[in-house]
Amino acid sequence: MEAGATAAAKSRAEAPSLRAARRRWGEDLIKAFLILAAFISILTTTGIVVSLVGETISFFGEVGVGDYLFGTEWSPLFEPASFGVLPLVLGTFLISAVAMLVAVPLGLAAAIYLSEYAHPRVRKIIKPILELLAGVPTIVFGYFALTFFTPEVLRGLFGSDVAIFNGISAGIIIGFLIVPTVASISEDSMSAVPQSLREGAFGLGAAKLQVTMRVVFPAALSGIVASVVLGFSRAVGETMVVVIAAGLQPQWGLNLFKAMETMTAFIAATGKGDIPTGSIEYKTIFAVGTTLFVITLIMNLISIRFVRKYRQVYE
Amino acid sequence: MSAHSGAVGKASAGRRGKDRGFQLGLLFCVAVSVVLLAVLLVDVVADGVGRLSWDFISSFTSISADQAGIQAALWGTIWLMGVCAAFIVPVGVATAIYLEEYADSTKWWNRLIEVNIQNLAAVPSIVYGILGLAFLVRGPLSLGNVVLAGGLTLGLLVLPVVIIAGREAIRAVPPSIREGSMALGATQWQTIWRQVLPASIPGIATGVILALSRAIGETAPLIVIGAVTVIAFNPTGLDSPFTAMPIQIFDWISRPSNDVNDYRPLAAAGILLLMILLVAMNSVAIWLRNRYEQKW
Repeated sequence: MEAGATAAAKSRAEAPSLRAARRRWGEDLIKAFLILAAFISILTTTGIVVSLVGETISFFGEVGVGDYLFGTEWSPLFEPASFGVLPLVLGTFLISAVAMLVAVPLGLAAAIYLSEYAHPRVRKIIKPILELLAGVPTIVFGYFALTFFTPEVLRGLFGSDVAIFNGISAGIIIGFLIVPTVASISEDSMSAVPQSLREGAFGLGAAKLQVTMRVVFPAALSGIVASVVLGFSRAVGETMVVVIAAGLQPQWGLNLFKAMETMTAFIAATGKGDIPTGSIEYKTIFAVGTTLFVITLIMNLISIRFVRKYRQVYE
Repeated sequence: MSAHSGAVGKASAGRRGKDRGFQLGLLFCVAVSVVLLAVLLVDVVADGVGRLSWDFISSFTSISADQAGIQAALWGTIWLMGVCAAFIVPVGVATAIYLEEYADSTKWWNRLIEVNIQNLAAVPSIVYGILGLAFLVRGPLSLGNVVLAGGLTLGLLVLPVVIIAGREAIRAVPPSIREGSMALGATQWQTIWRQVLPASIPGIATGVILALSRAIGETAPLIVIGAVTVIAFNPTGLDSPFTAMPIQIFDWISRPSNDVNDYRPLAAAGILLLMILLVAMNSVAIWLRNRYEQKW
């Protein structure tokens, strides 16, 4: 009898002694319907891949793969058109890097504070505030970056070197937007560290700071890594803040005070017009979409893997 | 913390000082996020509160900033949320039931479904816009840029939220409830329909509301599937062209403002209205959770 080892769901599903003697077709029909519903999520992924790949292949029928992947000039809508995606990729990663410089320290600090230090009453106030931050639509952050953060804060600090549309404002604001992502997953994994580990360290004479940084933090590391990778993936995929505040001009350079364009911003800006199916503009959307999808997919899978790891260790 | 440091910290006052500094540093970081959120809210309210009125809600958009309102976008959003809810409730709940009650998680295809849903939850929203454009608006279904296509695109986008919340709610119902029901001769579906689902409805409803409150603010996918920005009528059905609140707000943000027409206050007023809807939805979710949550 392996009852202890089998999952509850399994024993429920099989449970031979509870089975009716005759087959119940109604039950089977319902189960088939449920499987069909679960299948929709698989269909969604398939749909995304099929739509992206089909048009991308046809895009590469017109533009060389090398020209696309290694070209440093992106001007698909002008004559002569140039399809080097690197400026978009650079813009995406620069803005995401700025975002992570904001989100990782703030998010981890919030997670450590909530998990290790905060009084339950303080927790009850701060957690909903972080949830509220996560619930604000990104278009609101875009509005804030353009109408307040750039003119009032950045120009106040750096003067008119900062263009109205610039990469750094979008990056910093995206950073705040993903603080809740980093904070909540990290906090979950730190809370999952067994109390006995902390008590053991205290028993050996460690101070609170040592327990937090040398015991809890390393023990929760896989969850923390997962939160950072997922946060980065969100920064790469964020659209509205960049469309509104970063300027929609591809830049092959590192000047954060100037306008920039990301992959997401290009897709949104180009998709806005009613472009004809099958035109090269239409296909560029899918080529850039594929690039974006592949980058975020890799990061998501890494993150899912790390989350599973910390769940396995302590649950 | 006092229980520990009382016993340990006496020998080294310096260490306690370091600990105190660290804690202050953490608090400072938390404060930075909170202050930013506060400044954002104050800024939006200050910009938009003067424009938020019944006229704003009941007027259509206009070139003249003084006369423009958000009616068509408000109704567009209501229609989109209706379609979205009609899609995500049955599909999301059915998927959650399958994964929790029927699926054998040691089988590879069930694990594939799970990883797939986790990944879908993190796919950039604009990619769903591309999916909607290629499959719903054009391509196989060719619905055009209408309410049905917009609602389904948003539905696919937030479906993982409902599934994940639904699974948690179903998992929270203790096995003893199921065993009791089956011992009395109920079939598996009777057990799910009459015992498990009623007990998990508060959790599922909370998940649905959270999903809708994410969908209501989504802009990027709607831009890509071609939601119309300037439209002066309310949707009349599923096959009607539409605009939505975030689309209208985006339009106002990106219009160049001048002395005659300043669109910024309009954008801010639209944002305020959107945030009011969001707060209302979330309040309902919190109320549901507190009112009906069962402790086993």
